[in-house]
Amino acid sequence: MPLTLDISLSQTRHCNNRKENPPIAIIPTSSFPWDPGFVFGMDSKTPVENLYSIEPALSSSSRRSNFSIQSKASGGNSIREVTFTDLGSKPVRYGSHGADSETNALSQKEINDEDARLVHINDPVKTNERFEFAGNSIRTAKYSILTFVPRNLFEQFHRVAYIYFLVIAVLNQLPQLAVFGRGASILPLAIVLLVTAVKDAYEDYRRHRSDRIENNRLASVLVNYQFQQKKWKNIQVGEIIKLHANETIPCDIVLLSTSDPTGVAYVQTINLDGESNLKTRYAKQETLTKIPEEGKITGLIKCEKPNRNIYGFQANMEIDGKRLSLGPSNIILRGCELKNTAWAVGVAVYAGRETKVMLNSSGAPSKRSRLETHMNLEIIILSLFLIALCTVVSVCAAVWLRRHRDELDFLPFYRRKDFSDGEEDDYNYYGWGMEIFFTFLMSVIVFQIMIPISLYISMELVRVGQAYFMIRDTQMYDESSNSRFQCRALNINEDLGQIKYVFSDKTGTLTENKMEFQCASIWGVDYNGGKASSVDGYYVQVDGKVLRPKMKVKTDPELLQFARSGKETKEGSHVYDFFLALAACNTIVPLIIDTSDPTVKLIDYQGESPDEQALVYAAAAYGFMLIERTSGHIVIDIQGERQRFNVLGLHEFDSDRKRMSVILGFPDKSVKLFVKGADTSMFSVIERSLNVNIIRTTEAHLHSYSSSGLRTLVVGMRELSTSEFEVWHSAFETASTALMGRASLLRKVASNIENNLCVLGASGIEDKLQKGVPEAIESLRTAGIKVWVLTGDKQETAISIGYSSKLLTSKMTQFIINSNSKESCRKSLEDAIIMSKKLMTISDTANNAGGTSGAGLTPVALIIDGTSLVYILDSELEETLFQLACNCSVVLCCRVAPLQKAGIVALVKNRTSDMTLAIGDGANDVSMIQMADVGVGISGQEGRQAVMASDFAMGQFRFLVSLLLVHGHWNYQRMGYMILYNFYRNAVFVLLLFWYVLFTCFTLTTAITEWSSVLYSVIYTSVPTIVVGILDKDLSRRTLLKDPQLYGAGHRQECYNKRLFWITMIDTFWQSAVVFFIPLLAYWGSTIDGSSIGDLWTIAVVILVNLHLAMDVIRWNWITHAAIWGSIIATCICVIIIDALPSLVGYWAIFKIARTGLFWLCLLAIIVVALVPRFVVKVLYQLYTPCDVQIAREAEKFQSQRATGALEVEMNPILDPPRR
Amino acid sequence: MEMDTNGAGTSSAAAGGGGVSTSTSDSSSAAKRNSKKPKYSRFTQQELPACKPILTPGLVITTFTIIGIIFIPIGLVSLSASEHVVEIVDRYDEGCVPPNYSKNKLAYIQSSLTNKSCTRTLNVPKLMKSPVFIYYQLDNFYQNHRRYVKSRSDKQLRSKAYERDTKSCDPEGFVLDGPIVPCGLIAWSLFNDTYGFSVKSKMLEVNKKNIAWDSDKEHKFGSDVYPKNFQSGGLIGGAKLNSSIPLSEQEDLIVWMRTAALPTFRKLYGRIEEDLQANEQITVVIQNNYNTYSFGGKKKLVLSTTSWIGGKNDFLGIAYITVGGLCLFLAVSFILLYVIKPRPLGDPSYLSWNRSPSGHPN
Repeated sequence: MPLTLDISLSQTRHCNNRKENPPIAIIPTSSFPWDPGFVFGMDSKTPVENLYSIEPALSSSSRRSNFSIQSKASGGNSIREVTFTDLGSKPVRYGSHGADSETNALSQKEINDEDARLVHINDPVKTNERFEFAGNSIRTAKYSILTFVPRNLFEQFHRVAYIYFLVIAVLNQLPQLAVFGRGASILPLAIVLLVTAVKDAYEDYRRHRSDRIENNRLASVLVNYQFQQKKWKNIQVGEIIKLHANETIPCDIVLLSTSDPTGVAYVQTINLDGESNLKTRYAKQETLTKIPEEGKITGLIKCEKPNRNIYGFQANMEIDGKRLSLGPSNIILRGCELKNTAWAVGVAVYAGRETKVMLNSSGAPSKRSRLETHMNLEIIILSLFLIALCTVVSVCAAVWLRRHRDELDFLPFYRRKDFSDGEEDDYNYYGWGMEIFFTFLMSVIVFQIMIPISLYISMELVRVGQAYFMIRDTQMYDESSNSRFQCRALNINEDLGQIKYVFSDKTGTLTENKMEFQCASIWGVDYNGGKASSVDGYYVQVDGKVLRPKMKVKTDPELLQFARSGKETKEGSHVYDFFLALAACNTIVPLIIDTSDPTVKLIDYQGESPDEQALVYAAAAYGFMLIERTSGHIVIDIQGERQRFNVLGLHEFDSDRKRMSVILGFPDKSVKLFVKGADTSMFSVIERSLNVNIIRTTEAHLHSYSSSGLRTLVVGMRELSTSEFEVWHSAFETASTALMGRASLLRKVASNIENNLCVLGASGIEDKLQKGVPEAIESLRTAGIKVWVLTGDKQETAISIGYSSKLLTSKMTQFIINSNSKESCRKSLEDAIIMSKKLMTISDTANNAGGTSGAGLTPVALIIDGTSLVYILDSELEETLFQLACNCSVVLCCRVAPLQKAGIVALVKNRTSDMTLAIGDGANDVSMIQMADVGVGISGQEGRQAVMASDFAMGQFRFLVSLLLVHGHWNYQRMGYMILYNFYRNAVFVLLLFWYVLFTCFTLTTAITEWSSVLYSVIYTSVPTIVVGILDKDLSRRTLLKDPQLYGAGHRQECYNKRLFWITMIDTFWQSAVVFFIPLLAYWGSTIDGSSIGDLWTIAVVILVNLHLAMDVIRWNWITHAAIWGSIIATCICVIIIDALPSLVGYWAIFKIARTGLFWLCLLAIIVVALVPRFVVKVLYQLYTPCDVQIAREAEKFQSQRATGALEVEMNPILDPPRR
Repeated sequence: MEMDTNGAGTSSAAAGGGGVSTSTSDSSSAAKRNSKKPKYSRFTQQELPACKPILTPGLVITTFTIIGIIFIPIGLVSLSASEHVVEIVDRYDEGCVPPNYSKNKLAYIQSSLTNKSCTRTLNVPKLMKSPVFIYYQLDNFYQNHRRYVKSRSDKQLRSKAYERDTKSCDPEGFVLDGPIVPCGLIAWSLFNDTYGFSVKSKMLEVNKKNIAWDSDKEHKFGSDVYPKNFQSGGLIGGAKLNSSIPLSEQEDLIVWMRTAALPTFRKLYGRIEEDLQANEQITVVIQNNYNTYSFGGKKKLVLSTTSWIGGKNDFLGIAYITVGGLCLFLAVSFILLYVIKPRPLGDPSYLSWNRSPSGHPN
């Protein structure tokens, strides 16, 4: 009887497989099923709802991120199909309410004919008869030879600055307005456009080349019942394509059949999302048996229009009169690689630019830095100033014209009357009003550089330079992942110097996300390794070959002993069951890898959840080595003896149950159910009456595990009786073949069987803190940055990690908000506010009484969980939470969903003007990263989604300290100074021109030649500001890291603020007046000609402007010297060249005037007189109200002088890793 | 550039490339070979050897003292140089109009019938060593006016081949007979007063050679360009030119064509190459032709010696002395400030978080 049962079971199982997509197929999309926070995100109801509620707060640039969140969610939806119809199970809601009906409607929506594309399988001609689908050739290149010039110009002129440039140049072409020669006015714009165009052309050439390679790759395509090699670019939608192992998929393909009898194909999606683990995809049972070479496959696939959602796919397939639904697990996408599968056959549904990977290839969203936003305000002020100058000129001109209106006709220097044609006529005079209007426009042309166009270009160059240094920083290179720092957004470097809030993910960001099995509680006994734990690599020998797991795990000797002893003892049998459960109850796929030693092979466990991997590795270390997994059975090597277990059923993990289970058929014909899951969900399905003591001790162990920061899972088991199994089996079969609501039916089946379990034990997995995290957090907090940790973990785990990462200290008062209703939330928030205020007043009075006791504020920590946040976010309680959070030095949010993370960031971002930074590594952090002002991605274990969405990416959390305190500080200081200097530099020149205009009847004559005017911001003064903007350092890295408080300069906006702007402008006014009036007075009533005095002004202003910069340079290295002195020399050379051209008016002027003593006296006087006020103010400011940076600079200098050879030490900090 | 492989380019390479075969070798040896670790260099780590000047009180005081010490002597020297220049300025535009025309100066100057001669007597205040430079000074004459400055053709001036290049010369470019050489308002308005000097009835030789820049004569004004149609239009602006002398030798024109920077300017007229004794009376016969009356311009005759600093101008000397004095004053003030209220440099106790611990934002 048992024998027959077994056979019948496996037969039914087989049939089941044939009929319908096997349930194992359903792998949770969560890469991290046990992380509740993430799981909540996967909860089908949450993200969509939250998405709508948060939508208004999101900028358009972050739409893409929403999309990806939504995509994940809807991916989940379509896998679990009609999750929403399951009205029986209690929905858990996080966020605002009332969107249920809407989401229901979304999920059940049929594909309309207008929204669908129809693909006739194996009939590309019919499929493409309307020529609406793209071919498979791709074009990442933007331009062709023909379109390059117009398109490139079009793209470049998207910049407002360039348009301003262009308008001015065009104005200057009008004969009435021509102030400068035509060439001179177009030249700078032309140079900038040309340089950019050359850069674009080169990049595009490289893209063309890679496109060509890509398009000419070969794939085998079914043509006339034979597979033939065909170039990728010729593949059409509807064609059947055969793929072999390790081949890259040429377009998006719906699987028809694979080499695996159950229709499984493994794909690696590293090119798509960076996740290196294998993913499983399935062919439908109905198409599995079709052999394309023999019989014609005909069918129709109706699928959604191309979209960029790589986790979602919705389609129907009509084949043999049957209608099947297709989901994301049936499609493999372009760019993936087929692995571990000999071949796979599929039909192309999206090709070329319509593939999901191509639709996803867009760059990072562009943000604008805070400094730039502030700067734009000042640019408006400058524009007003420009208009004012032009108005003054035109009004004066108007008055002058009016007063001399009777003389104009014959005035020797005006001569309105023209007799050359024999008749009297007005020459070049369009009436009083028009003349004034023209004067206004002309003055705009002359004074155009008041708006520092060059500033935008300089800023970009400086940012590129800064990014270069950040990328090249050896201290931000991560050895373990071999990743450099990445600058994905080039616009917000300087924001890094003003961050006030850091929102950090925990798993993978603070911790390594390398799960390590630490301890187990089995049948009420705690095996936590103790001191005697060893790291022996367990291995088995098969046919003289050694098979060992890829990762070694620390083992507990006592437990190892029990595991080896087999099932004889009572303890042994419990241990046996426990590890069997760990090895079997998962979705891990073992891969056997060859090593360099032919006798040794490694087993690599591939799976989407690091926790599962850790558990399987642990089981292997204790002698329960999972060797093979197919859809029907698993092979486990137990203490050297291979055993085969039939997998009779698998209930995948889902977020409602928070557990998964597997039903194993044992070789002895018994059937057992193994369940593992989160403790809360497990204890509700455990048979309480049984083994009360063991349950109690296990609970105690769980508590102690989670308090020491371990992630816990509970394992349970139940033996199924034959009748029980039969009932389950028929229910399971019905559910898994159901066409509608399959997922919810399956869940119901799972819930029915997962009960009355007997506790086997619990496991504790350590998620190790990353190196340097406590120190990093300490530094950030000293720097005045508030660190908020947002995690999906349990409260206890989060708090313990908080302690170990020094986020929480024993001195802190903790407020824990953990409520289940809005009212209780309100109450606890209000209580907490009152308490925190009380604490503050106490510490204040203590401070006042005790003077500088150094105690400061009593630090307060706020710990709040996701359930409470549901009631707080998007309600009036937000404000209360914000007030409370402001009083707290630490905020810890646990069990939060991805969109709640974004909600918390928005909570702070919308209420303060402080800069926020979000750092995370997983897909669940994407929304938060895009919401924050600065998003940092950790290129870690959880794929590349976070990196893709981020502005900066790096390997380790601790690099954040270097990034913010060192590079951020430098970038901010450099950029702030550079902007002010550029304003000054251009304004001083414009004012110089303006003063002269006052002495030329307001007619916009310039003594400075037009070439010098043009070259002024291009050659004469541009290089030093860029060099200083890239290279100048106010403080050394060592000082900045030693005193994180110095970061406060950015918070206080010390380098760029309104006050500095106005001081700079006053200084500019003075300096321009000095430059202009000293020569004016010295040469008044002399024989000086316009060109000579123009040369004097040119040289004076260039030297002055460069010396002004030199005065503010903090570190002089050879490059700075070369740039500043080189610019002055270059200017002189240019002036000499211009004056050596006989065709220009100023021929030989510089040689004449430079021979006179008066010229040199004027030059010297100008420079000294212009700079003295600034110098005095600077000295007074530095001596009597020194800023922290100033003091630290002095300390740096004088302390390093005191210590002998300290200079050398400073150059090569000891922190530095040895050079290679 | 490096930026592309690490920066935004990654997204397009990984996703946009659509599966450009990315080798996913897991072996650690390959990883080591492909290590992306940035190479260490002082430049990339921003640790280039550098000098870090700091404004110490000593440095500041020294700077001001040095400026003061340098500026005051320079000021004194320039002032004395300026004092040594002897200058005679005589404004004659008013005085040279006969009294009966004083109400209607314009009519006087425009009429071709009136006698334009005018005799002025100048007193030499001090010994004027030769060469004594003769300038005419015009006030309120905007040689830098935009319309005026542009109204010339440098090409035409330089070469006969460009004779017809008068585009920029309007309204003084063409007459009915052809192009005007030299064209343009500047040439048209050439100054045409003349001066004759005599001391004690003895004529003084006025050297009008080499009053223009050699560079202009050689390269800007062609030796094959002869005046043509000049001042033949309906409106005479100023001097006429001898059409048999090439432009390169018309030095008055060359001087005039180098337009002045400021509305008050002098132009060199000639040189008297003998000493003028103190208290000598110089008689000047002026042909008062040039019309400045229409716009209220002033005409002055200037006789001046010269020094290394140029003409007589006290401004720079005074400025230098003032600035030097101010700098010395500042130096003293800083010494006092430093003595009264010193601040030890680099003292960490002045750091904001050390001064007020409660103010420390956290």
